Amino acid sequence: MSVKPQSFKTWFKSGAPWVWMNAGAVSIAVIMTLGLLMVIAVRGLGHFWPADVIEASYQVPGQEPRLIAGELVQSEEIPRTRLASAGLPVANEGAEFMTRQLYKVGNRDLFGSDFTWVVSEWMKDVHHPENMVVLERREWGNFYGYLLAVKEEGQVVATGDKAWAEFLSRMQRANLLVEEIAALEKKDIGRINHGLEQLRLKNRSLELDGRLDDAAKAKLAAEREQWNAEYSVLETRLMELRHEVERDTVRMRSSDGREQDIHLSKIVRAFQPNALSLTGKLSHYAEKLWEFVSDEPREANTEGGVFPAIFGTVLMTLIMAVIVTPFGVIAAVYLREYAKQGLLTQIIRVAVNNLAGVPAIVYGVFGLGFFVYVLGGSIDQLFFPEALPAPTFGTPGLMWASITLAILTLPVVIVATEEGLARIPRMIREGSLALGATKSETLWRVVIPMASPAMMTGLILAVARAAGEVAPLMLVGVVKLAPALPLDGNYPYLHLDQKIMHLGFHIYDVGFQSPNVEAARPLVYATALLLVMVIASLNFSAVYIRNHLREKYKALDS
Amino acid sequence: MQSKAQPAAHGIDISALGRDRRSLNLSEEPVAIQVDNLNLFYGQKQALFGVNMPIPKQRVTAFIGPSGCGKSTLLRCFNRMNDLVDSCHIEGAINLDGRNIYRKGEDVAELRRRVGMVFQKPNPFPKSIYENVIYGLRIQGISQRRVLDETVEWALKGAALWDEVKDRLHESALGLSGGQQQRLVIARTIAVQPEVLLLDEPSSALDPISSLKVEELIYELKSQYTIVIVTHNMQQAARVSDYTAFMYMGKLIEYGDTDTLFTNPAKKQTEDYITGRYG
Repeated sequence: MSVKPQSFKTWFKSGAPWVWMNAGAVSIAVIMTLGLLMVIAVRGLGHFWPADVIEASYQVPGQEPRLIAGELVQSEEIPRTRLASAGLPVANEGAEFMTRQLYKVGNRDLFGSDFTWVVSEWMKDVHHPENMVVLERREWGNFYGYLLAVKEEGQVVATGDKAWAEFLSRMQRANLLVEEIAALEKKDIGRINHGLEQLRLKNRSLELDGRLDDAAKAKLAAEREQWNAEYSVLETRLMELRHEVERDTVRMRSSDGREQDIHLSKIVRAFQPNALSLTGKLSHYAEKLWEFVSDEPREANTEGGVFPAIFGTVLMTLIMAVIVTPFGVIAAVYLREYAKQGLLTQIIRVAVNNLAGVPAIVYGVFGLGFFVYVLGGSIDQLFFPEALPAPTFGTPGLMWASITLAILTLPVVIVATEEGLARIPRMIREGSLALGATKSETLWRVVIPMASPAMMTGLILAVARAAGEVAPLMLVGVVKLAPALPLDGNYPYLHLDQKIMHLGFHIYDVGFQSPNVEAARPLVYATALLLVMVIASLNFSAVYIRNHLREKYKALDS
Repeated sequence: MQSKAQPAAHGIDISALGRDRRSLNLSEEPVAIQVDNLNLFYGQKQALFGVNMPIPKQRVTAFIGPSGCGKSTLLRCFNRMNDLVDSCHIEGAINLDGRNIYRKGEDVAELRRRVGMVFQKPNPFPKSIYENVIYGLRIQGISQRRVLDETVEWALKGAALWDEVKDRLHESALGLSGGQQQRLVIARTIAVQPEVLLLDEPSSALDPISSLKVEELIYELKSQYTIVIVTHNMQQAARVSDYTAFMYMGKLIEYGDTDTLFTNPAKKQTEDYITGRYG
């Protein structure tokens, strides 16, 4: 419908511009949100796809040509003059723009860097060799090259066409052994270490109490002996396994012709990307994705998975929720139901609302200064004197991180709960009181159940805020790499004093603190996507519970 | 007393209500609640002025009067519901069975169990019908299944609701119609076996049929409970009540048996109100 000048006024008066403006604002918000998710999803998820590896002869004018092999990461158009000013021997004549490409060439131990920039005009004879092998190694990043031979104890057992199949079957064996070693080290030896540490603390504690007599010493010594005996058995087994896993090596040749022996125990995964069919690529992709969410990080967090960070984020948020909900609800109930309404409660409300606006890092500083040093220090003095001078709770850890976040999110829960309580119709309360219920009985039996959806709303907001918070956590318990999960099979199972990893901090660390920024960049997107998904799933479960409660306690339509 | 034949010159015609005239005398009735010189203030503003009145036992007493006249306020004094209003304070006494309910140390929860109350709008809890009825019993800590089941049955029968809900006792009370909800609230109130039932405009939010059902119920409950009802509807007051009190501007203007008050009011203000000249 066209707008005629004379009808413009009527069109304006009809309210249509407002509708258009509002709809436009909503559309922009939706588009921006979707765009954000798309960008991180595409950039993050693309990383796990097994890209084709090219091989080409690269000749910078005036130099000898050399072979390079790698996967294309990035491609950009760049003015000729800029390349020239960067010191490259660019000819003066030709198109104004040239293409510069970033290749991941791997072999960091040989080349010094995983990535190399090339000018694509200087690449010749680009092809995709079928037998190009990519090795994902535990150290030094990927290896790109050709398989020459498989060796057992230094003796060649397969070469040529048969080598690849032989290699794969031996890889399987090696991976099983590596897994067994990891399990042994983590579970069994971890348990023994834990036991020995407990013994040491017991010894120290008896010493402090002055009760370390000969009988006690003998008892401790006997126990220690038992642990040591157990350990020596495991150690022998470990040595055997290590020897076993060291058995096989492969002879590899890199693109520049250098040859190298690589132990199978140092290889995580081997594949020939150019030979993979679509299903092969898909299964490789799924495997990599699963590794990302279920495995531990390798190589300064730039490879492997982020499982400890997911675990830490979720566990910390849950503990935070367990702390903040009762505190917030109790405070709100007192403020709304019991406190005499007046200037003081008004001031408290304003203060609580303002707390929500305090920058998160301030909470971090407070958490470190008060919780960690003052409270944690006192707890150590009182309850863990045997471990001193090594701090137990007097150092950043899971508990302090959760409590700091609980304080950070407390205002949200209080405000939401108060609003929920205020919305309960007065006649419902009066109905309960008129039946002979006291005020607290009315609260517990009618009012609080009816306000529970509002409390859940508060909790949802709290979780959304807490799970994405990073700044305060850097001060009160989150680290780049935690040696163990805070939940394990050793008493007391949940280790509140341990430091944890966190997805938000992981993004910061991998993206900005990593020595290998190019390699880490896709992981930043992937981790960001994961963080969004973790928060979303925490939220959705809370929303589900809230809707369930709403249905159950839907208030009278008043 | 006027004779039946004489037309109702000053009031309304009782015979049109479809019931016989009753011969009642307030001074001969046993007293359930005695209000002694009650003054009530909301902050600085006085809402009740020196009210004195006996509420007869096992009768229906109606409070009528224009909006804001203090009839609900007076009603809410009988179970100390006004305590919930911070600024409210009271002078004088209300004696229930000879004991002042405003004396120090009165167990308000127990008082409210003895003096049940039904509100203007039905206010069932968002629980099942069953749980609504036994709410007061649960508060008292009664948990024997048999007792609860029996109570639910007789309370719902007493509130004339049993036949309508007996097959869905464990469904949400919020699924009932407004009239059913109000009868459920009455069942919930009588389930704790109170001595007095306070009804604060119990049918004003209901449709005429539901309203009539509640009225019939009040009539039946009279034999067991002392009932005080606040109503805007004078027809209803005339139909269900034995005694009527007319209040205006926080003062008790006239109080007597319903027939006399409606047919031959002593005060000009009462006559003006019941004949619809103001209010």
